[in-house]
Order: sequence, then C-alpha cells, then structure tokens
Amino acid sequence: MNLVLPIVALAVGTMAFRVAGPLLRTRMTLSPRVEQLTSVSVAVIFVALVATSALVVDNGFAGVALPAGVAVAALLAWKKAPFVAIVVAAASTTGILRLLGVS
Amino acid sequence: MRSILRTPPSSPSRDIALVCLADGLVGASFGAIAVSAGLPIWVPVAMSVFVFAGAAQFILVGVLAAGGNPLAAVASALLVNTRLVPLGFSISDTFDGTSWPRKLLGSHLITDEAVAFTAMESERTRRRAAFWLCGIGLFVAWNTGVLIGAFLGGQITDTAALGLDAAFPAVLIALIMPALRDALTRNAALIGAAIAVAAALVLPPGLPVLLALLGVIPAYVATKVNA
Repeated sequence: MNLVLPIVALAVGTMAFRVAGPLLRTRMTLSPRVEQLTSVSVAVIFVALVATSALVVDNGFAGVALPAGVAVAALLAWKKAPFVAIVVAAASTTGILRLLGVS
Repeated sequence: MRSILRTPPSSPSRDIALVCLADGLVGASFGAIAVSAGLPIWVPVAMSVFVFAGAAQFILVGVLAAGGNPLAAVASALLVNTRLVPLGFSISDTFDGTSWPRKLLGSHLITDEAVAFTAMESERTRRRAAFWLCGIGLFVAWNTGVLIGAFLGGQITDTAALGLDAAFPAVLIALIMPALRDALTRNAALIGAAIAVAAALVLPPGLPVLLALLGVIPAYVATKVNA
C-alpha cells in the first residue's frame, strides 16, 4: 500500500484547519462579546474532550480506572491543587487501579 | 484577547515541562506501536513532524497497520482535527503583528495543550510566551519521544499501565478549571459535555466535540440580553 499519500493528505488537511483560525481572525475585528463567546467555546471544547476521553472508548463506556483518575483530577483542580499534583494524582490513580486489576 | 481566566499558575514553565514529559512518553508509545505493527520507521517519524496531532496519528497508523481503507482513515483522522479551527481562532491574537512565515510556523504548533496554556493567561506578552513555549516544547518532546519509541520498538509497551491516558484529560481539566468558576462558562461546558458524551456513544471521534459547541447557545443568548 502507498503510505506517502495518506500521510501527505492528513498533514495538508490538518495544516488547513490550523491556519483557518488565524486567517479568519485577520479578516474581522472582534467585539468584546465575540471574544467572550470565543473563550466560552474553548472551555466547552476542552470539557467535552475531557468528558469523552474519560468516559467513552470505541463507542462504549471506558470502564472504571480511567474515569476515576480523571474524577480525582477534576476534584483536585476544583480545590485549587497545584498543577503537577493534579496530573500526577490522575495518572497514579488510574495506573494503580489497573495494577489492582480494575479496568 | 482578554481571557476570562484570571488566576495564572505559579510557574507555567514548570507545568509546561511536565506536560512535555507526559506527551513525550505517549510519543514513544506511538513510535513503538507503529514500528511493531510492521510500518517502516519513517512513517511515525514523518507523521509526527508534519501532522503533529497525536490522536489523528494514532488513528491513521492503526488503520494503515491493519491494512484498512486509507481514504476512510484520513477522513476520520481529519474529523478529529476539526476542533483545531475554533482553537486556533481563540489563540490567533498571539500572532498579531508577526510575519506570515511565523504565523504559519505558529499555526503548525497549535495543539490542545498549547491553547489551554495560552487560555490561562490574560496579558498579551504572557499569552504569547505561553503559546510559543508550550508549542515548541511539545514539538521537540513529541518528536524526540516518537524517535526513541520507533528505535526501541517492542521495548516500550502499553502506556495505559502508567495511567498516561488519564494524564491528558487531567492536564486539560487543570488548565480550564479557573474558567469554570464563571457560571455562564460552566453551564455551557456542562451542557456541551453532556451532548458530547451521548454523541460519542454512537458517532465517530471528532463530531461529539463539535456538537458540544451547541452548549454555547445559552451563553450566546444571555450575552445578547446583557448587551
């Protein structure tokens, strides 16, 4: 199978998506309201990414270990724990649960 | 752009370094998986330099290694990357006044993590510093990881055992939590997440996150009333 074409297509398409945002912005001036909605949209995208990557794998529920680690992260973040503590606690919770045989 | 995030972390560069380390390890597993699946070493290496988008790379390599339909694989990988359009829009103020070559280079460095670290900052020079530091740091870490993984091959096994798949959502939730203290943002995010999770059970990756943007509509209406 030709391996070059799919990689080139993915690289070009991804670059087009990446350039589209900055390109759009040079063509418009943003009202404070649009700026606020943009910030809200970024939060929405990230929370949706977090929720789907924590809960869903291959169109099914992701089990217990992964959501548990992410829940620990969310709780610590809400309690304003340091960034490093949040990330390490999430990975260790999920890792240790798997070590104990919890998927 | 004025950010709604108001509490910058004590040391962004240390936090960025941790994210680079975690992503480097995931990169190593990507390189190892690609090579152990029988793909030539240049495939994961070239993909990491020119695509530089982890989830999309895993999708394409998975299908190529399994001998699946490359056209469908590229389409699903691109679908996952559509979120880069709104994310790029949100950080493009950091490119204001820079040359086009630099804008293109910066655009290539747009990732979830770089956007999240930029969104943490409200002041312009700090936003710019966060974006470039995270962008360049991740590019170096990811590609170094992929190279190491590709050459060590089977030595590196599943990063799931280390819980690294929990690290990525943890990074994002840690960076976005200050924004969620604003009720308008939090409600939009909760509606969006509910839509995304329901959609993820039936739709391919990428679409659920786009559909989540419907959660912005109440905020849109609310700000119109206030304005």
